[in-house]
Amino acid sequence: MASICSVLPALLCKFPAIDDGTIRLARKTIDDGFKGFVRSYGDAIDTVVQPLQWFLNYLEGAFVASPWILVLIVMVAVVYYGSRNINITIGTALSMIAIGLVGLWNDTMITLAMVTVCTLISILIGIPIGILMARSDRVQSIVNPVLDVMQTMPSFVYLIPVVMIFGIGKVPGLIAVVIYAVPPMIRLTNLGIRLVDKEVLEAADAFGSSAWQKLKNVQMPLALPTIMAGINQTIMMSLAMVVVASMIGVGGLGKNVLQAIANQFFTVGFLNGFALVGIAIIFDRTSQAFGRRLQKHSEVIHG
Amino acid sequence: MASHAIEVKNLYKIFGPNGGDYVDAVKRGLGKAELNEKHGHVLGLQDINISMPAGGVMVVMGLSGSGKSTLIRHINRLIDPTAGEVLYDGVDVCQMSDNDLREFRRHKTAMVFQKFALLPHRTVLDNTVYGLEIQGVGKAESEKRARGWIERVGLKGFENHYPNQLSGGMQQRVGLARALTNDADILLMDEAYSALDPLIRVDMQTVLLDLQKELKKTVVFITHDLDEALRLGDKIAILRDGRVVQQGTGQQIVLSPADDYISAFVKEVNRGRVINVETIMRPLAGNPEGLPLAMGTVLESAARAMTGAHLNTAHVVDENGRPIGTLDLQTIISAMVTPTSHEDKRAA
Repeated sequence: MASICSVLPALLCKFPAIDDGTIRLARKTIDDGFKGFVRSYGDAIDTVVQPLQWFLNYLEGAFVASPWILVLIVMVAVVYYGSRNINITIGTALSMIAIGLVGLWNDTMITLAMVTVCTLISILIGIPIGILMARSDRVQSIVNPVLDVMQTMPSFVYLIPVVMIFGIGKVPGLIAVVIYAVPPMIRLTNLGIRLVDKEVLEAADAFGSSAWQKLKNVQMPLALPTIMAGINQTIMMSLAMVVVASMIGVGGLGKNVLQAIANQFFTVGFLNGFALVGIAIIFDRTSQAFGRRLQKHSEVIHG
Repeated sequence: MASHAIEVKNLYKIFGPNGGDYVDAVKRGLGKAELNEKHGHVLGLQDINISMPAGGVMVVMGLSGSGKSTLIRHINRLIDPTAGEVLYDGVDVCQMSDNDLREFRRHKTAMVFQKFALLPHRTVLDNTVYGLEIQGVGKAESEKRARGWIERVGLKGFENHYPNQLSGGMQQRVGLARALTNDADILLMDEAYSALDPLIRVDMQTVLLDLQKELKKTVVFITHDLDEALRLGDKIAILRDGRVVQQGTGQQIVLSPADDYISAFVKEVNRGRVINVETIMRPLAGNPEGLPLAMGTVLESAARAMTGAHLNTAHVVDENGRPIGTLDLQTIISAMVTPTSHEDKRAA
């Protein structure tokens, strides 16, 4: 290498990085600017997200404080009415009882509350953005790279600004989880709407549908299977992310896993891990069975 | 609610980003191939002038790529023209505002599609009420009207089935019921029967003809099948490469094809079902003899009636029963089997 460099000009051999002083200055300016921003607007932002905190606390309280038998009955009922599948229902009851027996009931309830809120917020944010993306190629070309960043940026990196703004606690954890879990919701809503049969859309136009009527009667119903897949993905990713979010103060199963990692508690780690897997499978099977049930009309009976 | 005629005037459609720039060049004689090669634009329609009869069935016939589906989409402006007018009741559809166009589509037109384009997640009944739902008609009222039409097209008992549970022919009946429930003056049928089996197609043609007898809507029917065109059309326009090659009644087209392209088409046609007796009758010489035949009887029915009655001669009578001409079985048979070219007819 040295021999090549002896004939090449130095500029082409060693990458001409911006000098350290300039980079340090830039870094300091940005960091200080951001800190300043947090100092002046932190309270305002806290006020804005306060309702999230209330909602989260309320739901967590409801899950944790209710007698376990009540929660179990409600859960089994929801799973049954969602899936109409007795196997999934029995599986749900058995895994919840197993979780309770190993003493993880309360932690599981905290995680369940968290995932429920995260999923609801992801749906509320994701579907409208997905619709906007589907309606305009320009919006799509702007949002797509943002989603790429959200999905590939290591989650620990965006925990930094989240913690700087919101500090440690449930709400910053929630925001971190939503950032991680919302992209599939947006992408699959967009995809589902874009894949709607052009002929059916043309028919809707031919009958004089307005844009809203088209969205409500044709695009959303026909995109529903894809949107359901998006919801399923969002739930799975929220569950994966609550463990990472435990680093910034989210309680529940994730916190136990974090402690187990720090202390090399093999059994505790796996028990909590399996509890997360159990919840994940319950959510997954129920939402998929529910999605299939919505698509009953697509069963071909007459060739 | 009388239906009006649709006038298509000087309609041009050039597909591509700057279609409007080439209209004048096309008017001066720039061809389809040249436009595509040199300028990368596709000539969809050129100089279309068709007057579609009020309350009648206008058939637009052409092979794939002839522009027929493009043409029908100009009538409810699913496609915007590059130049020209589409007049309905004196209003140019092409100049309507978005709002007016939506109202026009809601109340004046209804469309039936080749691939049915039904909503898969809705039952037959819910598909049929679609147009009325868009118009804002109440649920009870629209369901009542929809049930009526579902029965008329022969789907009673299938109201709660999903489209996927029906055969192609039944799905297109739903498409037809959906269009009819809209109660619009104009019925646009874009290759509506092309995807159906031949037998079911004839069946559906009969359904349309029976309905049209009482409804008298202005129907625009697109097809690539000349037999279908001749059976349904009060007037037929034949399209080739985005241009009208010939328009007229079925008889006019079969008896005097405008060029070789159309001659090739009509060669295979069952002429006995197209040509009327008054077209080939001779002037009456002396007293009317044989079987009386009403004006408008096609040769096939005439021959069947005459052989059934064991008569060799017949005479044609007008609406008031007055004899206006005569013909014999020989003339009928020769007209049915010999493709009369334009020249032969002039000589006769």
